Amino acid sequence: MSKQHEHVDFSQFPNAEGHFGPYGGRFVSETLIFALDELAENYQRLSQDPEFRAEFDRDLAYYVGRPSPLYHAERWSREVGGAQIYLKREDLNHTGAHKVNNTIGQALLAKYMGKKRVIAETGAGQHGVASATVAARLGMECQVFMGEEDIRRQALNVYRMKLLGAEVISVKSGSRTLKDAMNEAMRDWVTNVDDTFYIIGTAAGPHPYPMLVRDFQSVIGREAREQHLEQTGKLPDALVACVGGGSNAIGLFHPFLDDESVAMYGVEAGGHGVATGEHAAPLSDGTPGVLHGNRTYLMQDEAGQIIHTHSVSAGLDYPGVGPEHSWLKDIGRVNYVAINDDEALDAFRKLTLVEGIMPALESSHAIAYAEKLAATMRPDQSIVVNLSGRGDKDIHTVAGIDGIGID
Amino acid sequence: MSRLAKVFEQLAERGAKALVPYIVAGDPAPKHTVSLMHALVDSGADIIELGVPFSDPMAEGPTIQLAHERALEHHVSLSQVLDMVAEFRQTNADTPVVLMGYTNPVEHMGYSHFAERAKQAGVDGLLTVDMPPEEAGETSRLLRDAGMDNIFLLAPTSSDQRVAKVAALASGYLYCVSLKGVTGAGHLDIDSVREQMQRIRQHSDLPVTVGFGIKDGESASAIAPLCEGVVVGSALVDRLAKWDNAADTDKQIAEAVSLIADIRKAIDAVADA
Repeated sequence: MSKQHEHVDFSQFPNAEGHFGPYGGRFVSETLIFALDELAENYQRLSQDPEFRAEFDRDLAYYVGRPSPLYHAERWSREVGGAQIYLKREDLNHTGAHKVNNTIGQALLAKYMGKKRVIAETGAGQHGVASATVAARLGMECQVFMGEEDIRRQALNVYRMKLLGAEVISVKSGSRTLKDAMNEAMRDWVTNVDDTFYIIGTAAGPHPYPMLVRDFQSVIGREAREQHLEQTGKLPDALVACVGGGSNAIGLFHPFLDDESVAMYGVEAGGHGVATGEHAAPLSDGTPGVLHGNRTYLMQDEAGQIIHTHSVSAGLDYPGVGPEHSWLKDIGRVNYVAINDDEALDAFRKLTLVEGIMPALESSHAIAYAEKLAATMRPDQSIVVNLSGRGDKDIHTVAGIDGIGID
Repeated sequence: MSRLAKVFEQLAERGAKALVPYIVAGDPAPKHTVSLMHALVDSGADIIELGVPFSDPMAEGPTIQLAHERALEHHVSLSQVLDMVAEFRQTNADTPVVLMGYTNPVEHMGYSHFAERAKQAGVDGLLTVDMPPEEAGETSRLLRDAGMDNIFLLAPTSSDQRVAKVAALASGYLYCVSLKGVTGAGHLDIDSVREQMQRIRQHSDLPVTVGFGIKDGESASAIAPLCEGVVVGSALVDRLAKWDNAADTDKQIAEAVSLIADIRKAIDAVADA
């Protein structure tokens, strides 16, 4: 690993303008600047407010069900024959993924700021469901923007959101997927900026979103660090997490950044293979640019147009990535790698059979890489893998690949 | 003196207001753009805002989003847009052309390279919707050094402090966004624009154009007395959306730009009154 990061004080990032080195920032139209200022000021105040923090912690404990267990996957570790693999069980959270840690936090911000309406973008529907869930609980109006193409692919989550009282708005522009849903949510926010809170689902977007999403998700890494120390008496040797926008990964990584001995691996969606160009791996095969309010690595063509991405996992199917990951890549603190669709599907089946745990297809990318990595390590070493979500939502997709129709 | 400054000075002498149409370069097809630009000038346009197509035009309403998509079907790149401006300049040396678009295509070309090529092509200014002053320092400097203007948006939500900050970096003119919303929205509020204009005048002597929601002679002549120019985008682009490739091109261009001639008449009538 590169040694360039040795003297970095990670707590100083982002800076006041929201920059992580050259990445991040605020690339939005003027109308939204006041709303971002308002959010940043409120977040700064509330994140120090004992009442707000207590309410967030209470909700995580009694509503989400935290702490989530750190589970030693002994049988799988034995089969691999290398390092001991521990799973951080974010799949056991209420609503089935890590997403809810962030939506609880942002909805609380909305409540303290007196906003009556929340909006969200969603790809696979997990963030939409998590947003609709917290909105239902707080009695807020909720509208979720979702690409027409994703609505077709994720009918179950669309119905879940409707049952939760949210309105799902079909986005028919551009590629009709997650990036276009985010464009449309931004357009709605510009129009209804006075009374609306935009709950962004990943650690991307204009400042302060990458910072506050990271902070809300960092509960994952804080717990995992403590649990690993408690169970083994030492820190893990490596961390592995999948990276779409990168919120579960930054949540796991951030509390360990100062622990020099801990290696980190962010796993992108390699789709049909990075070499084919049909993937969603901007850190592996993209270049820096500006999209959705921040500067970061992107999938783009030679004219700077954002290109279509591909992944079997809808939650990773995004052409950008959170700006902090771009920076952590450049300074060499985190290694970013890619896992193809086929490898992720194999891992999905493997973990289900060997441990009785069905991972989300997103998390299956991390599982697949962890298996490769573990095989190169010694049995007295350990890896923590973020099992960011459960696979129930993907059964339909996997059955389809198997040629089995499920209605 | 820059072309923009000259145009605003001449208009002020005549007591007239700038008419600023917006089209997306390459919409409905690249071969029509330069002819359309000339036709707009012939119909009374003082400045042309030429949209640079982008895959993710976050600040646009449905009408202009579709225009970006139509242009991208023809793979119109920033480089080609600059070529179009150069072609326009072969027969028009006076009408300012401002490129309006999003950060990424410019960033991808490289700001320094862009400034050089844009200057050569005869571009007068750049308005990057998603690049507020905080992120624009280096770009503004490069544009200024190349003799071009950096144009910024001001919104109904811009505080006094923001207006002062934007005004300090802006040149050419300020673009006042008339409403909270996307382009082509229908809820133009004259009183709110009047209030915004008062705030802007306290901090800047630059000419101010108002855009978003101006769609015909009536809305344009209500706004024009408050500012130095009106921008007409979606209403014009909407006419291009109905383009029929089988029909006579000249006739279709004439039909599309007749809106600009109507608005010209309406705002001149108010100025004379």
